[in-house]
Parts: sequence; C-alpha cells; structure tokens
Amino acid sequence: MTAASGSFPSTPGSRERARGQTQSKPGARRRLRDGAGAGSPAAAELERTWTDKSGVTGFLTANGHKTIGLRFIVTALCFFGAAGVMGGLMRHQLATANSHLVGPDFYNQLFTMHGTTMMFLFAVPVMQGFALYMVPLMIGTRNTAFPRMTACAYWLYVVGGLLLFGAFLSNTGPDAGWFAYVPLAGPEHGIGKRVDVWNMLVTYSEAMGLMVAVDITTTILKLRAPGMTLRHMPLFVWASLVTSVMIIFAMPMVMLAANLVQFDRMLGTHFFNPAEGGDPLLWQHLFWFFGHPEVYFIFIPALGFISAVIPTFARRPMFGHDAIVLSLIATGFLSFGLWVHHMFATNVPELGKSFFTAMSFMIAIPTALQIFCWIATIASGRLVMKTPLLFVLGFFFILLIGGLTGIMLGSVPLDLQVHDTYFVVAHLHYVLIGGAVFPLFAAIYYWFPKITGRLLSDRLGKWQFWLFFLGVNLTFFPLHILGLEGMPRRIYTYAPETGWGFLSFLSATGQVINDVSMLLFAFNVARSLVKGERAPADPWGGGTLEWSASSPPPACNFFVLPVVSSREPLWMPSRDVTHVSGLSAEIREGLTTTVIDALPDTRYAYPAPAIWPFVAALAVTFWLVWSIWSVSGFAWGLIPPAIAFIAWYWPNKKESIEEVSWETEP
Amino acid sequence: MNGIHDVRVPAGPQAAALFDLWTVMLVACAVVFVAIIVVLAVSVWRAPRASEQTVPDTAAHPRKETALRRFVGCAIAVSSVLLFVLLLASFIADRAIATLPLDDAVHIDLIGHQFWWEARYDPNDPARAFATANELHVPVGRPVLMSLRADDVIHSFWVPSLAGKKDLIPGRESTIAFRADLPGIYRGQCAEFCGYQHAHMALVVVADPPADYERWLAVQRQPAREPSTAQEQRGRDLVEHATCAMCHTISGTAAKGRRAPDLTHLGSRSSLAAGTLENTAASRVHWIADPQYYKPGVDMPPLAAAPTDLVAISAYLGSLQ
Repeated sequence: MTAASGSFPSTPGSRERARGQTQSKPGARRRLRDGAGAGSPAAAELERTWTDKSGVTGFLTANGHKTIGLRFIVTALCFFGAAGVMGGLMRHQLATANSHLVGPDFYNQLFTMHGTTMMFLFAVPVMQGFALYMVPLMIGTRNTAFPRMTACAYWLYVVGGLLLFGAFLSNTGPDAGWFAYVPLAGPEHGIGKRVDVWNMLVTYSEAMGLMVAVDITTTILKLRAPGMTLRHMPLFVWASLVTSVMIIFAMPMVMLAANLVQFDRMLGTHFFNPAEGGDPLLWQHLFWFFGHPEVYFIFIPALGFISAVIPTFARRPMFGHDAIVLSLIATGFLSFGLWVHHMFATNVPELGKSFFTAMSFMIAIPTALQIFCWIATIASGRLVMKTPLLFVLGFFFILLIGGLTGIMLGSVPLDLQVHDTYFVVAHLHYVLIGGAVFPLFAAIYYWFPKITGRLLSDRLGKWQFWLFFLGVNLTFFPLHILGLEGMPRRIYTYAPETGWGFLSFLSATGQVINDVSMLLFAFNVARSLVKGERAPADPWGGGTLEWSASSPPPACNFFVLPVVSSREPLWMPSRDVTHVSGLSAEIREGLTTTVIDALPDTRYAYPAPAIWPFVAALAVTFWLVWSIWSVSGFAWGLIPPAIAFIAWYWPNKKESIEEVSWETEP
Repeated sequence: MNGIHDVRVPAGPQAAALFDLWTVMLVACAVVFVAIIVVLAVSVWRAPRASEQTVPDTAAHPRKETALRRFVGCAIAVSSVLLFVLLLASFIADRAIATLPLDDAVHIDLIGHQFWWEARYDPNDPARAFATANELHVPVGRPVLMSLRADDVIHSFWVPSLAGKKDLIPGRESTIAFRADLPGIYRGQCAEFCGYQHAHMALVVVADPPADYERWLAVQRQPAREPSTAQEQRGRDLVEHATCAMCHTISGTAAKGRRAPDLTHLGSRSSLAAGTLENTAASRVHWIADPQYYKPGVDMPPLAAAPTDLVAISAYLGSLQ
C-alpha cells in the first residue's frame, strides 16, 4: 500500500513533517495536512474545514453527507407519519359498513396520497438517507462524491413533498391511485389539476432519487478506503450499490411515462388514447417496469440493514458473505423481469404470463438464500438480545408471510383470483412493513447512537417492538381473508350484506395498536435526545468502520483515513498499514481509489458549500409548478433553472488555483 | 342483490381448479413457514447469550462452517425443488382453466361503464339480441363466452365463485369463458379502480337451470309490458317526457337513450344502480329523487318531480317484469 501511494505518505510523523517543510516556499503560510489524530492542530483544522457554516445561510448551503442524510431520514419519517395517519383514516372509514366518515372523493385522494407518500416520499428517501449517512462512514471517506448535487436533490424532495401536500390540503390531491392508470388519469377522465400534481411530484421525486443514486454509486465505486476491495466491502454498502444502480436504470422509465401522460393532458398528444392509435396498456408496462423494481429499491437496502445488524448482535462475521452479495445482485437483475405479474388480468399472451410466473418464483431463491445464511449466522453466534436484533427476528416472521403470499401471487391463475383484492393489500403490507419498516427500525435503533451520540431506551424499544409486531399482524392478517371473501381494493365503502365488517373492524383495531407503537417510538426518540444515555464510539461492539468514528462523528468523519484489510476492520485490524495521510486539512479534499482493488488513485477536491443547489431546486420548482398550469410555462419556465445551473457550474478561478496548489509532485 | 362472493366457494370448473391450486399453495407455504420459523426459533433458543463487550468470534471453524454450509445448501435445494413443483402445479391449473370446452357457448357482450355493467345477449343475431344491465342470467352446465369491452376507463370483471378476473380495457377487446355448474346467485364487483364510485359497481350472475334460463330469455326478448293501471300509465308518460328518456331505453316506448342502463325489464332485477340499492318501490323513489345521495359522482341527475309522480314512475318501472 505504501509503495502504491507515492503521494500519500502512509505513516504520520517525521516523514510527513519533513515533506511538509520541504514544500513550503519562503513566505508561504504553513500548510496543514491530515495525519495526526484527534486533538492535534491538523485535526482541529480538518474539523473547521469540514464543518458547514451555521445560521440560515449555513443551513441552506450545507452539503455534508451527514447533514443531508439526516435531513432525508427525518423528513422521510415525517412523511411516514403523515401517510400513516392517512392509512389509519382509511382503516377507520372501512371499519364499519356504509360508513360516512369520509366520502368517495376524499377517500380516493387518501389512498392515492397514502401510496404515493409511502413509496415516493418515505420509503425510497429514507433508504437513500441512511445510505448517504452511513456509506461514507462505512467505507472510510469524508463525504459523498457529489455533495452539492445531493444537497440539490434534498431541496427538490422537500419542495416536491410540500407541493403534493399543499395540493392535498387545498383539495387538489391526486385521486387516480399511486399507479395513476390511464385513461382514469388521462385528459378525459382525470379532470382538474389533480393528476398534473401527481405527475410533477413523480418527476421531482424521481429526479431526486436519480441524483442521490448517482452520488452513492460513485461514492461506493471510487471513494472507498484503500484496501477495501469489493470483497471487503460491508454488505450494507453492497445493498446500497445494487439499489443505486437499479434506480439509475428504472427511474428514468417512470419520469418518461409521467411526462407522456402530461403531454397527453397538456399538449393533446395521444400516447394513451386508443381512439387515436394510443394504448392504455403502454402506461402499465412503463409504470410497472419501474414499479416492480421500486419495491426492491426499498427491500434491498433493508436486506443491507439486516446484514449489518446480525453480525454485530451474533458476535461473529456473516456466514456466507459472498453468497449474500451474489444474492443481492441476482435480486437486482431478476427484479427487472417481473413487472408483468402486476398485469396478469390484462390480455397478456399465455406464454408470456408463464415466463413472468417463472421469474416471480425464481426471485424467491436469492431471498431464501439470504434468509438461510442469516439463520446460519444466528445459529452459530452468541446473541445479544437487544432491540435491533428483536426487530430483525420480527422481520423474519413478517417478511416470510409476505414472501410466501408473493409466491401465490406470482402464479397466474391464483393471481387472477386475488389480484386487486385485499389479499394483495395484505401481501404488500407484509412485504413492505416486514421487509422494510422492521429492518428500518432495527437500523434506527442500531445507528441512532452513532448519529446522535445518545442511546435509545432498550426497554421502550422492546415495548415498541412487541406492540408493532402485534399491531401489524392484527391489522393486515385479516385482510388476506377479506381478499378471499371477494373484497376489492380501493373501495370507499361496502354494504353490510357482504359480511366484510368484522374483519375490517379487527384490522382497524390493529391500526390503533400501531399508532400507539409509533407514539412510543416518538417518545423514545424525544426522551433520548433530552436525557438519553451517552453513547461511546462503538456501543454495540460493531466491526465496520462507522464505529471507529466518535458518536456523533466529527464533521470530517475520520481525522486520518483508514486502511482496511478485512471485512470487519474493527474486529480484525490491519496489521501493517493502518491509515493514509497527506490530504489537505485546509480545503475539503478526498482520496479516490480504484474501483475493484481500492488502490489509491487520485486526490479529489470537493466542492465547497454553496447556495446554488438550493437556488437551482427553487428554479426547477418554479418551472414545474408553472408547467402544471400553463403550456407556455413548460418552455419559458426552463429559463430560471438554466440560469441557476450555469451559475452553479461557473468555474471558480480562485478555488481551482487553491486546489491545484495542493498537488504534490510524485 | 346478495350472492355468493367467495374464492373458497367455487361453483364452476375453473373456480374449482383455482381453489384446488389455492389449497396446494396454502399447505405448501404453511409448511415452509412453520419449518423456517421453527428452525429460527430453535437457533435463537439454543444460541448462547452474549453482551456487546463479548469478543467477536472471528476465528475459522472449518467443521462448523461445513455443517452450516450443508444446512444452507440443503435448505436452498429443497426450496428450489418445492418452487419448481409449485410452478408445475400453477401451469397445470392454468391449462385446466384455459381448456374449458366452448361448444354450445352462450355469447354475451359485456361493456364496462362508469359505474355499471351493460350486457348484450346474442350480439350477433339482431332478431334475438337484447340488452340488460348489472344482472346476468346464465344456464347451469353450459359454457359462457363473454367479450369484454370498456366504454370509458379500465374496469375488471370478477365473479370469484365462477372464475378469475379479466380487465375491460378501452380500445382492446378481450374474452373470458366460464361455466356455472351449480344453480345459484353469484356476486361480482368491479376489481380495477375506476373512479368515484368504484365501490358501487357490482353485478350478479344468476345461474338458472336450463328451463328457467330459456324462460328468462324469452321474457327478456319481449318489449316492455304495457301499463295496466292509470298510475303506471302516468309513470310511463313521465319517463317518456322527462329527462329519463334522454339516457335510458325502455324498448317499445319512446325512451331510446343509450347512455344508461336499459330499463326494459327493470322490475325483474334485484338491485338498482349496480348493486347500490335493493330494488323496491320505495328505494326506486329515493334513488330517482336523489341519486347523488346514494352514489355521489354517478352520471344520473336528480329528477325534480312531485312525490306522486315519483311514486308513479316507481310503480311503472316496478311493473316492467
């Protein structure tokens, strides 16, 4: 390693000092480079360099990955709460037959908003938020690769979410379902501006998702600590990589599709109008080609959470690490071959249906493999029975039910019976709550001390777990039976003669228990922030790099960049070379490494915090909002974003000179 | 209005094949679920407890690893074989459903509207063709071949006790075939979200013994009955001269609208407005006076008429057996 990194002296101390002195020209100020540990002047300088400004400007210009990542997580959890309230309202509307709590108009908005918010504003952003926060810490770098772009993505996300909720509160909430099937969402039947708002929200949130995915992919491939070859990469980082690459492939599809609907609605094109040669089924293909992988954008990071929690709480490295990596990649590929199983009831040719049935069955294999590897790890480990592990065990129970009903739904004939019934509602909530929300809570309990420096109460956590476990099963298990009894989805009411009343009532009861569990969680967080137990750097005895930073981590993450020679660097520290040094402490500088072997490659000057991401997000908002109400806004509204982006990328001569001056001759 | 509406109560060969497949899947999945949960529970039970300070076990244990590898290998092999068996079961069921013999099939055109079902019997034979809505009669033991079309948005035809569902998509015609083997009333409901009143878009399929079915057909092919009382006569005059006739058809009268359900034999149907209300004299009055109260968003406007007139209309429509 030392030999390979001529310009990155690997040992701090005399050699480094000598180099620094030889380089300082007479009259030039002394230049600080990293290499010394906490408490040294270099460390203090690093901390100053990497800390975002305070105050309003600082808030708007911040681009540290921890700040942005945490903002994503907190905002997404707020949307989770809002969408949860909507879900609760729906369950209470359906708790009794012929209920008049809400009418059809509001109910249609409610379920559209619930689905849209959960999928676009909660699940994907919260997973990306955790990736943004944790990936740089886990791979031993100081920031993500494109922090300004990610800052811009956050603002787009917030503005998009506020636009959606603003529309909802002013009775313009989308009402054609989170899948927005045409012709119901088309110009003739989707009257008013409701569907336009949905199309714009999709454009916002997909732009956000894409930008973050590009950032995470680049970060993982190019900014890993020296020695962290692909085989040494933590499983959560693998999961984030697979998810991000999938997002890059799938998201443009739905942006394109939403824009085609918008063209039909605003410009009078006929992409989806059968009378003029268009086809409503085209939308379903485009939407589900994105929509099915979307489920895996949520599920695969959650698998990463599980793979991060289990080794720590079983006190041993993951059994079958390589098999799990291959499973993640296989899941990523296979998930693109399943979309037609959402469309079996349309007129798909029989042979095609059989293919998609086989694919839907096949994707169970990599997930099963991971489950078996996790069980093997648990069986051969020594268990620390704390809240994160409890949520992981709950995940097994709930996800397994969801996965098995998923196999039933993959079968064409069975799907034709239960498609678009409450059986599917039960299945998808088991998969998404079991497969994403339980792991998410495991991750929150696991990483909360790292992020805030305080531990959550384990006792309250266990209460929350058992309430949530009970509540979820009580809310969603009866829905399987309702589906078999013929209850379709998305109906705002039903007649008492249908006999759906009792199980619906039971389901509403479970929802109340879920609410109590979520309130308990909120209380636990609030309590911990005020008077929670202080967390040491590594409260769980974890093995990955994030636990080597203090809790909460310093602005620069690591005062010296680590060198890695195993999968759990804290459990099996590198024997010879422990870290690299020599990067600037005065400007934000990073070290890029090669994609596969993580050999030191180049030094990389990060962009400084700037207001442009925020301004650009506002300018894009201006364009998108204008284009909802006016065709000309679609064209003229592009001018402000153009100005903002040009200003953003305007070369800064002073900055460039400064960056170049840090270069050393090899 | 009320009918059997349950996947687990099959009344035809297709629903029966589906129910068999469901049973196979349920048993297989339940066994897998129990097996995995038991293994997990035993593993958790038997694993020694530790604390965060416990030194992680990073040493290599070749013998233990081999045992674990064997466990995972076997488990994944069993899972794959089981998935393959279920896949075959699925294909076999699919084939059984697709090969329903269609000789002597009853042909019906079913057209989905927001938010009701239009059915046209014998669509290819003008002398015998007639239209009805929201209530189909089919003969027991004879296959039914249905052409599905949609007038506005996507709907989905689903009568769980008879067969799986099929979408009605604008611009695309599809077909569905099924057979009822037991006489009875089978309820169905639109299964694809179609807007405001997706919740009130039900239909019933009445499976009659062949003789009853032929009798029903003969009645349906007749034009509407002439009014037999002065009140019914008044009712017919109102229907013909008020807004009703702009959308509804009552064959043999001046009402020839094509936008709304055919009312020629409304009196013989069990429900109003696609399963929204039971078809009684009182509910007809309520419905005509204020359809938006019972089914907000439906296309039908309220009829501003004197109560006696409403009762007369209801009496006339009720007489249309």
